[in-house]
Amino acid sequence: MAYLLIFLPLVASFVAGFFGRSLGDKKSQLITCSAVTISALISIYYFFDVALGKQIYNYKIINWISSDKLILNWSIYIDTLTSVMLVVVTSVSALVHIYSIGYMSHDPDKPRFMSYLSLFTFMMLMLVTSDNFLQLFFGWEGVGLASYLLIGFWFKKPSANAAAIKAFVVNRVGDFGLAIGIFLLFKYLGTLNFSEVFQQISSLQNEKLSMLGMEGSLITFICVFLFIGAMGKSAQIVLHTWLPDAMEGPTPVSALIHAATMVTAGVFLVVRCSPIFEYSQFALNLIVFIGATTAFFAATIGLVQNDIKRVIAYSTCSQLGYMFFAAGLGAYHIAIFHLFTHAFFKALLFLGAGSVIHAFHEEQDMRNMGGVWKKIPYTYALMIIGTLALTGFPFLAGFYSKDAIIEVAFQSKSILANYALFIGIFTAFMTSLYSWRLIFKTFHGNFRNKNIDLSKVHESPFVMLLPLVGLSIGAIFSGFVFKDYFIGSYFMEFWNNSIFFIKQFTLNHPPLWFLLITPTLVLAAIPIAYYLFVKNENFLKQFIDTNKPLYNFLLNKWYFDELYDFIFVNPAKKIGKFFWNIGDILIIDGFGPNGFAKIVKLVSDRAVQFQSGFLYHYAFVILIGLSILLTYIIIF
Amino acid sequence: MNFPILSIIIFLPLVGVLFILLNSGDEIKVKKTSFRVSLLTSLLVFIMSLFLWLQFDNTTKDFQFVENKKWIVDFINYRVGVDGISILFVVLTAFITPICIVATYNSVTNRTKDFFIALLVMETMMLGVFCSLDLFIFYLFFEAGLIPMFLIVGIWGGIRRVYAAFKFFLYTLFGSVFMLVAIIFIYLETGTTDIQTILSFNIDQKYQYWLWLGFFASFAVKTPMWPVHTWLPDAHVEAPTSGSVILAAILLKMAGYGFIRFSLGFFPIASAYFAPLIFALSIVAVIYTSLVALMQKDMKKLIAYSSVAHMGFVTIGIFAFNSQGIEGSIFQMISHGIVSAALFLCVGVVYDRMHTREISEYGGVVNTMPRYSVIFLVFILAGLGLPGTSGFVGEFLVLIGAFKANYLVAFFAATGVVLSACYSLWLYRRVIFGAVANDNVKLLKEINKTELATLLPLVFLTILLGVFPNIILDTISVSVENVISVYNEKLLILKQASIK
Repeated sequence: MAYLLIFLPLVASFVAGFFGRSLGDKKSQLITCSAVTISALISIYYFFDVALGKQIYNYKIINWISSDKLILNWSIYIDTLTSVMLVVVTSVSALVHIYSIGYMSHDPDKPRFMSYLSLFTFMMLMLVTSDNFLQLFFGWEGVGLASYLLIGFWFKKPSANAAAIKAFVVNRVGDFGLAIGIFLLFKYLGTLNFSEVFQQISSLQNEKLSMLGMEGSLITFICVFLFIGAMGKSAQIVLHTWLPDAMEGPTPVSALIHAATMVTAGVFLVVRCSPIFEYSQFALNLIVFIGATTAFFAATIGLVQNDIKRVIAYSTCSQLGYMFFAAGLGAYHIAIFHLFTHAFFKALLFLGAGSVIHAFHEEQDMRNMGGVWKKIPYTYALMIIGTLALTGFPFLAGFYSKDAIIEVAFQSKSILANYALFIGIFTAFMTSLYSWRLIFKTFHGNFRNKNIDLSKVHESPFVMLLPLVGLSIGAIFSGFVFKDYFIGSYFMEFWNNSIFFIKQFTLNHPPLWFLLITPTLVLAAIPIAYYLFVKNENFLKQFIDTNKPLYNFLLNKWYFDELYDFIFVNPAKKIGKFFWNIGDILIIDGFGPNGFAKIVKLVSDRAVQFQSGFLYHYAFVILIGLSILLTYIIIF
Repeated sequence: MNFPILSIIIFLPLVGVLFILLNSGDEIKVKKTSFRVSLLTSLLVFIMSLFLWLQFDNTTKDFQFVENKKWIVDFINYRVGVDGISILFVVLTAFITPICIVATYNSVTNRTKDFFIALLVMETMMLGVFCSLDLFIFYLFFEAGLIPMFLIVGIWGGIRRVYAAFKFFLYTLFGSVFMLVAIIFIYLETGTTDIQTILSFNIDQKYQYWLWLGFFASFAVKTPMWPVHTWLPDAHVEAPTSGSVILAAILLKMAGYGFIRFSLGFFPIASAYFAPLIFALSIVAVIYTSLVALMQKDMKKLIAYSSVAHMGFVTIGIFAFNSQGIEGSIFQMISHGIVSAALFLCVGVVYDRMHTREISEYGGVVNTMPRYSVIFLVFILAGLGLPGTSGFVGEFLVLIGAFKANYLVAFFAATGVVLSACYSLWLYRRVIFGAVANDNVKLLKEINKTELATLLPLVFLTILLGVFPNIILDTISVSVENVISVYNEKLLILKQASIK
């Protein structure tokens, strides 16, 4: 059954991709949707069997690479952590598949789209069910490929193509780190299977390593490199630039890949490798710092963006930051819990945004929206649910997971934890602010679109609303229902050793006043947002005018893209040109073959002059030669 | 003495050449018959090589199917045989040649008969290189292979074909002269040119360095390593499609094979001594040529430069002196043989339609050639080493091997992985994606059956080897272990001797 779970999407992708034209749109949609839905049902079965029934399955499919000591298998490994990921991946994927039937109804390339979606699902499943680092790497790059294909799905748009390449290349930079981490593990442990690595890792505790002019403990190096990989995939600050651009892809893609599943792979990696990370306090601190910084920085940008999808994209970035700093503080299970709840409400928000975009006939700019909540009431209601869940409105999904993260930060007493705590609370406020800004600008105020008439704005079809309802159920209940399992007092039994804690992890209940801070701020943000973005827009305008540099700084995303163009892209092109024109053509060819040829020609031209055909010239040369020879004989 | 299967494999193409030479008359008829004859011969060779592979015993390190005949009395023996390393190159050669022949039929219009003859002679020479167990025979095949290639570039090439052909010929000849001197010296020193005997012989340390450099001169040019790589882009650009395919897929691999067989086998101390040099040159090759590839405006040149970068990985792996490194190198060579061949074929497909290789002339090809675009994408991805394709396994093993030997080498080489993603995807985007760029693109016809026949086997292999690389790793592992253990033993013996 595990084989079906994994390979059904692959088969479906294959069928839809290669025979889509002859099968027609309907059939290829049916095949892919049902395949992924079956996978989702099997995942739910495994979730009960593995997570609640305390099982661990490990199937070996076939041997993949064996080279001396390096022996790796294609495998399926399902423990509690995997089963949670399986549920997230397949259920969101199934809903997105169904949603796509409606969303892509005007697109001529439906089979291709469905094929890519299923391919992505397969790669993601390979990633989470791996029992070794290399298959994980396979899935890791495989989802990157699917993401590349899907972002660039509308290949006629230059911006989509550019975004697709950017996503792949930036991820490759992260993968480079991941690969180095894997090499280190293999060099010092001689194996890449999770179980063996995790068993033996403690033997490396006291190993030191000096690398790239830095000295440190070996495990720290391993962890930092693995984390660089996670940063790339999960769009953490420095390697985040691809995620907002990835919004060029169709919206279902953003919901599936860039919100619920692929971008969380980095968090999954860190949690999966908790047996390694637990031995490196430095790496954990780094994760806290990067995570918290990302949470803050992405939220500030989210405040000023005008593209509805980009706002949600930065929100994703920010929430991933939360997950990371939770993991960095040692609360891996809470990180996964937030990953779990986040998948539902963020996918809901994205699909809801897709529904809005659909209603406005492919308009994404919030400045061209407004005043339509009565026209699209279902979408509006569902978006409100998503927003409430995201901002941590009491008793919805985000409330349980996000507050747990903030409590962990409160409980750990260190400077870094305080930094994370402060950012965690402040960002929760900003999250609420930008989320409500989105709601108010999109649905309230005046209708501002000049291209289409208000009457043309229409509610989405049933096939698109149904998945939204499914996700909204998750957004409402997933926190409340599962909190006892994931982070309750018996969480150790639930996780069943799939997460490793070096010290006993306990979460004390913080004082009541502390528990009230975040919800209060979050609630207070609603009227503030209403005032700023609907009631009195002039106030905001004045504020922006007086703080123009700050506003531009945020609007231009902290100038990361410009910086990278300046540091990497342009120099690489210049150096490439230099190497080619100066290095290859001028120096190597110039002094090498061409230069050689020139000299030969020069010499032979001279030599030719000797062969003038005049007898006295030859006689003269013979005479000189003879005299030199005679001199030589006489003297020596 | 058993059935001389190796000799038959090696010389069968020449028999085909005889038949082609015999037929004459109407040009179109001649073209057809010579195509049939050459395709038949090369397929026969391929089937026999597969048979050879099936019969091959991969549990032993010995050379198999050995044949031995006196040739020049008391001086040189005709000696051929294969071990786990060379057999794969034999199969690769036999596999690529029929594909080239089919591709030629499609795209070469003038003097087609002569082209087929050149291809078949080429095949014999290449097979000979990988099978020979005698240095002199090896050198003969190694050098003789230059001539048909020189003709292919020089006669059927593009506008600057004469320049490119001479550059190619002189560059490689220049390197080979040093190898010849080294071979003669080895003969004088050991009294034999038999490779197996020399492999068991410990060459005096003081000679090793110079002899190693002699072989290095030849192999470095052929690999090609930076900075003697500049002949390759020119040769590739000017060569007709099938010429590029042979050049990239097989000719370059002779050098890698030579490094493993001779440099490591004969001169272990020198190899260890010069390993940093190889590493340095290879890293420069990987980064430098990747950056150069990024800026190319000509598709073939871009792929040619990427070949140099990929071969940089090969040399790094070989001189890591561990099983992952060497197995990775061999795998990378096989994989590059398939993938680069396919990439050149892909360029050939659109070149035959548009008669230009300028990237800027293309754009939006996917609109008119969707199937072609998918196939091209597979090879682009294999070229950038996506897991699941053959390109990944080789690169990964090489890097892991290099990391064990010297982490900095792997670190810098791995940056090439990022760069390869940049230039490959950028190339793909500019050629395939976007709206239709001009009327010529609009008129493009979808890939035809003959072209599919050349490309689909390569697609299949690329993915098969990516998912089940053990097909190759199982064959080579014993021989590679042997190379390494012999290398280590010799190193030990010679070191002890030098201490005394």
